[in-house]
Amino acid sequence: MIYNTQNRSWLFILLGILALALFCLDIMLGSVAIPFKEVFRIVTTGESESRAWLFIIEKIRLPKAITAILAGCGLSVSGLQMQTLFRNPLAGPSELGITAGAGLGVAAVMLAGGSSASMYAISQLGISGSWLIIGMASLGSAGVLALILLIAGRIRDNVILLIVGVMIGTITLSIISIWQYFSQPEQLQEYIMWMFGSLGGVTGYHLYVLSGVVTGGLLLAFASSKSLNALLLGENYARSMGLSVGRTRLLIMLSTSLLTGSITAFCGPIGFVGIAIPHITRSLLGTSNHRVLIPATCLTGTVLLLLCDIIAQLPGTQTVIPINIVTSLLGAPVVIWIIIRRNNIRTSFS
Amino acid sequence: MKNRKPIVETHALAIGYRSSGTVRTVAEDLNLQLRPGSLVCLLGSNGAGKSTLMRTLSGLQPALAGEIRIDERPLQTLKPVELAQKLSLVLTDRIDAGNLNAREVVALGRTPYTDWLGSLTRDDHSKIAQSIEQTGIAPLLDRHMHQLSDGERQKVMLARALAQDTPLILLDEPTAHLDLPNRVEMMRLLHTLARDTRKAILLSTHELDLALQTADELWLMHPNGTIMTGLPEDLVLNGAFEATFARSGFAFDRATGTFTIHQPKNNAQIYLEGPDKPLFWARRALQREGYGISRYRDVDCVVRVSEAENGFMAEIIFQNQLFKVASVQALIEQMRVFFVSNGEF
Repeated sequence: MIYNTQNRSWLFILLGILALALFCLDIMLGSVAIPFKEVFRIVTTGESESRAWLFIIEKIRLPKAITAILAGCGLSVSGLQMQTLFRNPLAGPSELGITAGAGLGVAAVMLAGGSSASMYAISQLGISGSWLIIGMASLGSAGVLALILLIAGRIRDNVILLIVGVMIGTITLSIISIWQYFSQPEQLQEYIMWMFGSLGGVTGYHLYVLSGVVTGGLLLAFASSKSLNALLLGENYARSMGLSVGRTRLLIMLSTSLLTGSITAFCGPIGFVGIAIPHITRSLLGTSNHRVLIPATCLTGTVLLLLCDIIAQLPGTQTVIPINIVTSLLGAPVVIWIIIRRNNIRTSFS
Repeated sequence: MKNRKPIVETHALAIGYRSSGTVRTVAEDLNLQLRPGSLVCLLGSNGAGKSTLMRTLSGLQPALAGEIRIDERPLQTLKPVELAQKLSLVLTDRIDAGNLNAREVVALGRTPYTDWLGSLTRDDHSKIAQSIEQTGIAPLLDRHMHQLSDGERQKVMLARALAQDTPLILLDEPTAHLDLPNRVEMMRLLHTLARDTRKAILLSTHELDLALQTADELWLMHPNGTIMTGLPEDLVLNGAFEATFARSGFAFDRATGTFTIHQPKNNAQIYLEGPDKPLFWARRALQREGYGISRYRDVDCVVRVSEAENGFMAEIIFQNQLFKVASVQALIEQMRVFFVSNGEF
């Protein structure tokens, strides 16, 4: 199929409208349904007849929806960067163990810090606490990423690299398990709750910090879009076109670790978003040009994570299921679809 | 030719690999020059080090010793972006970016010139249009890379290198994976480009035949690590060409500039005469069958070939008897009858 620029602009507009609609829906729906008119009034004027509704929207649903957008953009853009960097269609933050690395960083704070640093305590810590946990999580992701990059330099086979990634993820998780084994039950419960993933825990200061870090990571990613495009032809070609590959790798690593680390620190490991959304976006737009892909991936990521969040609320019921379960249920079939559609996955890259 | 300043010059260059203390030298003391407007073919058998030389000249791999000067500046003093404006590459690397269309790939050639976001200016667009025209890939532009044939993809990659607008283009086996018409077309295209754009083009290839016909200069890489350079014709006549590819069961015919795969199996000598066309094909068939073709008329068997209505006619004089045949097959069958007594078959 041939896609022209006009089609692309329409797709952008359509995705934008869809994102906006889902954002409104996400705020309206939940265990208590709030009519659109009230939502609109609360969001624009900050007043409402019902103080309960005001509280629910301002303190719970709005932060949660914004977190969903941040996580959707951040995870999918870091997945996109990794797929290009590794020239591997199955690369993604959770697939190559980057999320596990972030988890190790989080575990270091939560479990080693003693009971005072449990998730509940962290939410009381204020800005310095959130920086600590973001810093550790990003450091954890960067560590794993650097290790995988080192191995990727020696291995050209996509599938083998993926297996190595899975193994490194397993090792990381084992280290966390050892830690868990020697931890107090209360600490464990907090950590396990974190493992399920939640968009709801980010409020107040944390939301500002998370927004700041994710925006920074996204800007870094957008700034490397020219380099990412050159890397599509492979490292040798990229170098022959004047790209300093080492610096580019460092920049991509920095952006990916910041995005994955900060989101994982606050929302827990959210699977499959990072791998699935870049593919969906590429096939929607029919291009690999990162200057178009990065903003488009943000939009698709937003749409999908808001949708997942709405589903996770199970509107009309009092139950909320963890976001990680919903994204996996939706994302895993996409991965299967990628593998079936491209049976030459060993060497090819879409 | 000598008065043009070389775009690439090497002095006492040694190439090879250095890994954990051990040095493996592939070739040393190379003094090479590449001048604008010339098409140079780098030839050598597998493992002679063609790729190593290409990689070293393009800065992808460090030299072991000696110096490479590009446009009169030492290679290692050029910043990556500066080098990218002097030298572009066409590699054998697989392009896996299936979702890029040909237009986007060609546009990537402008990378060394664009701003941090990669925005294309009017000048970029005109350079891209020019390289598309020179390679004739206009019909392919909206197709994705994975929808192109090997030959088409190779032309797109050449267009990308042209869009990079460098005085020097290095191509690593650009004719590999291509069928004969595509190989010929690629070589002709490169030859024309060298002439028309005054670029220096260096390519490594296994196409000895095509290289002999199209190259302005050959670099013959001998397995012992030396490189002979010169006009193709000179290298053929002084025997350097033969020496580079010396191998048993494989002979180079200096008279025709071709390699003959078939060495005479028996002592049977045949003298051939007649017009060029039937002569050429009759000789090929006889050589394949293992007969020696004599330069002199004083042999047992003389064959006079000619063109006839059905394409071929031959009169054979064997031990003063005259035989007539109307096809090459019939000629060969007749020969088998004559020479069967030799017991060679």
